[in-house]
Amino acid sequence: MRGRLTALLLDVWRTISSPSRYLSLGFLTLGGFVAGVMFWGGFNTALEVTNTEAFCTSCHEMRDNVYEEMKQTIHFTNRSGVRATCPDCHVPHNWTDKIARKMQASKEVWGKIFGTIDTRDKFVAMRRELAEHEWARLKANNSLECRNCHTADSMDITKQGARAARIHQEYLFTGQRTCIDCHKGIAHRLPDMNGVPPGWSEAASTPR
Amino acid sequence: MRPSHLAALAVLPFLVPAMLSAQSGGLDAQPKRLDDPWRPPVNFVDQNPAPPIPADVTDDRRVARNYPEQPPVIPHNVRDYQITLNNNQCLTCHSRRFTEASQAPMISITHYVDREGQTLGGVAPRRYFCMQCHVPQTVAQPIVPNGFKDIDALLSRPSDGGDRR
Repeated sequence: MRGRLTALLLDVWRTISSPSRYLSLGFLTLGGFVAGVMFWGGFNTALEVTNTEAFCTSCHEMRDNVYEEMKQTIHFTNRSGVRATCPDCHVPHNWTDKIARKMQASKEVWGKIFGTIDTRDKFVAMRRELAEHEWARLKANNSLECRNCHTADSMDITKQGARAARIHQEYLFTGQRTCIDCHKGIAHRLPDMNGVPPGWSEAASTPR
Repeated sequence: MRPSHLAALAVLPFLVPAMLSAQSGGLDAQPKRLDDPWRPPVNFVDQNPAPPIPADVTDDRRVARNYPEQPPVIPHNVRDYQITLNNNQCLTCHSRRFTEASQAPMISITHYVDREGQTLGGVAPRRYFCMQCHVPQTVAQPIVPNGFKDIDALLSRPSDGGDRR
């Protein structure tokens, strides 16, 4: 068995390491280039398909729980008609980070297959854990997905309420806190928040 | 009463609408107009545009209470504030613990008392749903004018000198 495998591998190695016998160099380079373009285009297209709201809400776990909750919020319906879709907040836009996130998300496929949250009760029971994953992710990347649209530099705090302006100046502009510390549950229902103090409370002051 | 009077009374309900319709019959080209003292002067088939939804008052300025027991109104935006079994978003600013950082007014001590008169460590369950009593305001003008006078206005009313006729 072992000898046959080694022989096979050796055979493959001999084939790819020896020069081409019939095909021209031009065919191989150009053909390789075209095949590469097609492969890359196909890969990216498939990746972008998984990055749409239609794909996310094609499973009932997302459609009946988190998507339904989001429909009430200002990130779904508002006066200007700009809205955030699932990947806007949950998938990094930068390519490397996006691939890393997509690899992490393969665990969600596992969860889908084995029905980790296939009922409402299971989802509600898991909600705190799921929310904590997202809070930790956004905390770790300094609320990157929020800042893809909302930048502190472009905030006109004179247009904000006095309360919001003061807190943004005190905590956000100084870098003491990041968006998710205070703005939890802006697009979905919150889990049981026992022991999760709001971002402005002194109890939450962890040095960054 | 003579029979002829009775007969006149009997035809009256039929006669009056007939006369009214004869009056307006000449204006067939226009839709029928109802000139009724109990209705606004609009055509019956008219669709009036709905008035715009009034804007929220979000200026963060406290509003004086009209009477001492009035629940203070909310002077800020409360869209998507969650008051659920899991979380009460109002209390993340207005509870005793967080008022120093948030500079929000603390909920009254009466909110810690349950219906047996026992003071609890936190907000009592019967006071948990803030927006049952405390509500945000809009700039809408009341449709019916309100003649309410607060107690100070009543007390400073000039005396009638005991003349109670």
